[in-house]
Amino acid sequence: MIRVVLPAHLRTLARVDGEVTLVVAGPVTQRTVLDALEARYPTLRGTLRDPVSQRRRPLVRFFACREDLSNEPPDATLPDAVATGTEPFLIVGAIAGG
Amino acid sequence: MTGVRVLVGTRKGAFILTADGKRDTWDVSGPHFAGWEMYHLKGSPADPNRLYASQTSGWFGQQVQRSDDGGKTWQPVGNQFAYEGVPGTHKWYDGTPHPWEFARVWHLEPSLTDPDTVYAGVEDAAIFRSTDGGQTWQELPGLRGHGTGENWQPGAGGMAVHTILLDPTQPGRMYVAISAAGAFRSDDGGQSWRPINRGLKSDFMPDPTAEVGHCVHRIAMHPARPNVLFMQKHWDVMRSDDGGESWHEVSGDLPTDFGFPIDVHAHEPNTIYVVPIKSDSEHFPPDGQLRVYRSRTGGCEWEPLSKGLPQRDCYVNVLRDAMAVDSLDACGVYFGTTGGQVYASADAGDSWAPIVRDLPAVLSVEVQTLP
Repeated sequence: MIRVVLPAHLRTLARVDGEVTLVVAGPVTQRTVLDALEARYPTLRGTLRDPVSQRRRPLVRFFACREDLSNEPPDATLPDAVATGTEPFLIVGAIAGG
Repeated sequence: MTGVRVLVGTRKGAFILTADGKRDTWDVSGPHFAGWEMYHLKGSPADPNRLYASQTSGWFGQQVQRSDDGGKTWQPVGNQFAYEGVPGTHKWYDGTPHPWEFARVWHLEPSLTDPDTVYAGVEDAAIFRSTDGGQTWQELPGLRGHGTGENWQPGAGGMAVHTILLDPTQPGRMYVAISAAGAFRSDDGGQSWRPINRGLKSDFMPDPTAEVGHCVHRIAMHPARPNVLFMQKHWDVMRSDDGGESWHEVSGDLPTDFGFPIDVHAHEPNTIYVVPIKSDSEHFPPDGQLRVYRSRTGGCEWEPLSKGLPQRDCYVNVLRDAMAVDSLDACGVYFGTTGGQVYASADAGDSWAPIVRDLPAVLSVEVQTLP
């Protein structure tokens, strides 16, 4: 079971409270986690990745296990602690003032 | 009972203001979509309970929301806005070619007759249409592709289709306005387009009377006289009497002819409203006095309307999509400010009162007159 923490605006959009749990078949990567997330919550399509290029939106960050994984290749395997559900996969909106 | 519903888009959510036909007591609902930029909300003329809303975020991109019960509940619909074919390039701020990139929906214009058909004006400038209630969107590529698109250039606020007008008397005739490209007309339902900017003069351009490049802020039309168009340009208030084939200036005795919105009285096609703003570098009313100006002569002769509006220390702006009228008798006029006030006049502009005073900065105001 993969645990995913969404930023507040996307929790509202997806109408969820707290963490989201997902089942990911096969290798656990950014791409497979996001694919599973979007399949479960179609309204999140386009909010994390550009719908055409599938690239991460510039102000979206992916953290896990106290590491910034935002710039890792989307098909790189995520840490075992994420794959086993010990640690959550954090989706974070970049900080911006004002 | 007859009433009005005012749809307000702000920088941090949407608000729905409702009143009965007297328009003296208001109910405020919201924020809807709290924290998101709500660029525009508009109801279908064919089904007043069908609303569309553009919800955007610099972080998370574009959403389109639809309501089928007058804004009580909403559901997200399609948010895929893919340019048709190879998008090509337009000019960037420095004049170099820049690829067309979708940023957000500025304006949603529902069909006059079909609640499931709605047009979207987007940044980077293009027009999309949905015929399934917003679930899927298809570009009408004849606008970007008619020939001048590669010369369009953004203004400071981006390059967007922000105005869409549908002619109620000639099916297929529609107008759009783009900052900073100009006005365009289609006579075949949006398949083909041509610039309609003859008579416009913009001194910020190398050729002030060029075919495209004008920063048109807003166009308005009265449905009973759709060949007459009124335009608030970056500077200049303009009028066309021939469906945009030519324009002439009607700024007349305005204190400044810079501004953003323009609108037409619901029952008097020759009565129009603007909100003069000091200049392109000082986006607030002259002398700190917020005044709507009304012309009952279709332009040139203007009167200030200030009763109930702040007449000192007022330095807000009124954005291009933030003025609307209802069709009650007397005509109601509404506008929202970047200071978060929504002002209403139930007597065609003679006097004003705030419906709400402390919303986030107002991006858009639309009004529905309910049966």
